[in-house]
Amino acid sequence: MITLNINGSVVKGLEGSSILDVARSSGISIPTLCHSGALEPSGACRLCIVEVNDGKRNRMVASCLYPIREGIDVYTESERVRNARHWILQMLVDEHPGSEKIREIAGAYGVQESAFRSDDCDDTCIRCGLCVIACKDVAGIRSISFANRGVKKEVTTAHQLPSPECVGCGVCLYVCPTESMERLFAKTRQLAATVEGRQP
Amino acid sequence: MKIHNLEGLLKAKQRGITKLYPPKKPKLLVGMATCGLANGAREVFDFFRSKARATSWNGLVEKTGCIGLCYQEPLVDLVIPGKPRLTYNRVDLVAAEKIWEELWNGDIPETSLMAWNDTDMILLDGGPRKLHQGETESFMRRFPSYAELDFLKYQQHIAMRNCGLLDPDNLDHYIARGGYFSLQKALTAMQPDEVIEEIIRSGLRGRGGGGFPAGIKWRSCRKAKGAPKYVLCNADEGNPGTYTDRGLLESDPHSILEGMLIGAYAIGSTEGYIYVRAEYPLAVETMQRAISAAREAGLLGKDILGTGFDFDMEISLGGGAYVCGESTALMASIEGKPGEPRAKYTHTAEKGLWDRPSNLNNVETWANVPVIISKGADWYNMIGTKKSTGTKMFSLVGKVNRVGLVEVPMGITIREMVNAVGGGVPSGGEFKAIQTGGPSGGCIPKDCWDLPLDFESLTHAGSMMGSGGMIVMDQSICMVDLARHFIDFLMDESCGKCVPCRLGLKRMHTMLERFTEGRGTIEDLDEMKSLARAIQDAALCALGGSAPNPVLSTIRYFRDEFEAHILDKRCPAKVCKRLITYSINSDACTGCAHCSDVCPTGAIVSTNRKTHRIETSLCIKCGVCAGVCEAGAIEVI
Repeated sequence: MITLNINGSVVKGLEGSSILDVARSSGISIPTLCHSGALEPSGACRLCIVEVNDGKRNRMVASCLYPIREGIDVYTESERVRNARHWILQMLVDEHPGSEKIREIAGAYGVQESAFRSDDCDDTCIRCGLCVIACKDVAGIRSISFANRGVKKEVTTAHQLPSPECVGCGVCLYVCPTESMERLFAKTRQLAATVEGRQP
Repeated sequence: MKIHNLEGLLKAKQRGITKLYPPKKPKLLVGMATCGLANGAREVFDFFRSKARATSWNGLVEKTGCIGLCYQEPLVDLVIPGKPRLTYNRVDLVAAEKIWEELWNGDIPETSLMAWNDTDMILLDGGPRKLHQGETESFMRRFPSYAELDFLKYQQHIAMRNCGLLDPDNLDHYIARGGYFSLQKALTAMQPDEVIEEIIRSGLRGRGGGGFPAGIKWRSCRKAKGAPKYVLCNADEGNPGTYTDRGLLESDPHSILEGMLIGAYAIGSTEGYIYVRAEYPLAVETMQRAISAAREAGLLGKDILGTGFDFDMEISLGGGAYVCGESTALMASIEGKPGEPRAKYTHTAEKGLWDRPSNLNNVETWANVPVIISKGADWYNMIGTKKSTGTKMFSLVGKVNRVGLVEVPMGITIREMVNAVGGGVPSGGEFKAIQTGGPSGGCIPKDCWDLPLDFESLTHAGSMMGSGGMIVMDQSICMVDLARHFIDFLMDESCGKCVPCRLGLKRMHTMLERFTEGRGTIEDLDEMKSLARAIQDAALCALGGSAPNPVLSTIRYFRDEFEAHILDKRCPAKVCKRLITYSINSDACTGCAHCSDVCPTGAIVSTNRKTHRIETSLCIKCGVCAGVCEAGAIEVI
């Protein structure tokens, strides 16, 4: 067992566990979007960020990935954590105003839509890649993947058409934190219809 | 020819010396690195080659790399036995023809002669080599020597020890200048731990950005359990305006290979990769030829120098993503995965490439290694400052008279760099700021230009050493627009994996764009600082973590410019289009109509056929009119 401090209280956890796992089992809440207990964490949404002092320095880490170490001090509500969490939620709620789930978490932390709110209510995907990981690691298929990078990054299928490899297992729908898969599939079907319509 | 041991190395050295300094033949050397080629070195080289062939000239025409004087390219060196090395600058075909003519007539050509050097510095093994014997010749009084050139005076070439002095494709040349003797020394006279100890004592710090002590990194990798271990070289130099790595790759590839070989021996590795960006075709080809030559000579492969040490490496090509210069993204890319960083809570030394212990250093770091092994840690750490030992290469670019690659001892000031080495800002301009460390570095203003160039001072000033980019800026640069420009670059290059970087940079870009359009508020400035802190704290990798630097440093040092945009709706540098107006001073206008001829929107109209006037509503502020107006009548307010 490894002993550590979270917000001043002593907690214990098994070696190899993440801060997030230990915190949650000790009743300390840390918000997450892209965390699914069933899949390898990717640390994409950064909502679970916490501050850690390892005796040498303070650093901000993704608690879903950071393995617990003996004697570390973890802070889940420090000024830096709150600032980072506020901005992550602020940007998510402004960029993806169509997502019920994001508005719910943002609301719980007192974050409202700002003047920078996007008009696009259709795009609710936060590009966390859980669906891509699930399709690869759970279904073993890889029918969906990422395309492009940065602000243009998106989850899609090959040629943006319905994937012939997809077996319809639905694991991606199940793991998606913002219920965005339906829209992706609708988009590919729509494109397929357009492409077919054009064929002679 | 295989080199099996010290004897073989010494033979190769003899061969190399005869090739470098042919006892009876004159030699023309053309600088053929990218900077030379871009200025027409290929044509000059072909010209000399064809002349030499056609006339059965008793001399040699060879290529060499870049010595750093990129502003003087194409550079041509003439090496005549017993005479000083002669360096000709800005040699175009016309000059080349004259040089050839004078040479053919048996004279010392003086056309385009820039400087001479009577002693070649050979840093490793052997010391200086006297080139000139006999009396001082008249041209030596009339032209400056290398030692008198301001650009070179303040420099000390360690990583660049061979740049511009040998043919990068010639292994014997490299050996003749002391190359691969450090490897031989490490393999035969030092234990791996002794090599690591030497590097630690030298104080060598990573030249790629972070400045982490190289030897300590090596030690962790040596101690890490697992096999095989990988030795990696980061040559994915993507910072706009930075080309120090390219210079070394194109001019002296063997110095990098030798450094990696020594590192591999110390760490206990048998395999390595050099990750080079595909946008550097010449660097890739040169490196490939160097690897093949080393392999042919038995300096890569099995039983190197007969010591039983095995090591081989290959080149991995970058596909054009800036983020692949980040260590974890680089390794993902070598593995054939999308170049996305992963969270780094386990050190690369323990779990790197293919989850095996790995050691990644940058090109310049590797190139320093053979020198430390040869001359010793005590020699090396006398150079530079206490915490930043040795020298650092910079690519000095922007609004500065002498643009080029420089290598200076750590600790010289920005002022010395700009004025003494760089020759100051071109006339008409005034030094305003210097940007170091690439797009995610920071801007340091004139007030701080006595700052010494070392890792700590730059970080403390809100910038960073990075891989040695150095962009000099004058009054014509708007700092708000500059911050927007860098964030635009980083936003485009963000991999998009984590939210703070993907959306944070987008938000920052929108805010900066609003400033440049005069739409921001003072509160926005504080908002942006708070957002910057959030991105620094929460981003997954170093790209996101350092991305806010250009914004934070410009707000810190140039807050007045931000305020001018916000409060006065004014751009002091007259760059931000929404905040400036073009007009014609009717007193100065001669009515020549050049401006109205070139105006793409027809915004310039003639008044009474004498003077012109700009219809502001049609003007798109492209500035073309100001460029053609000979009377200087076009004003920007």
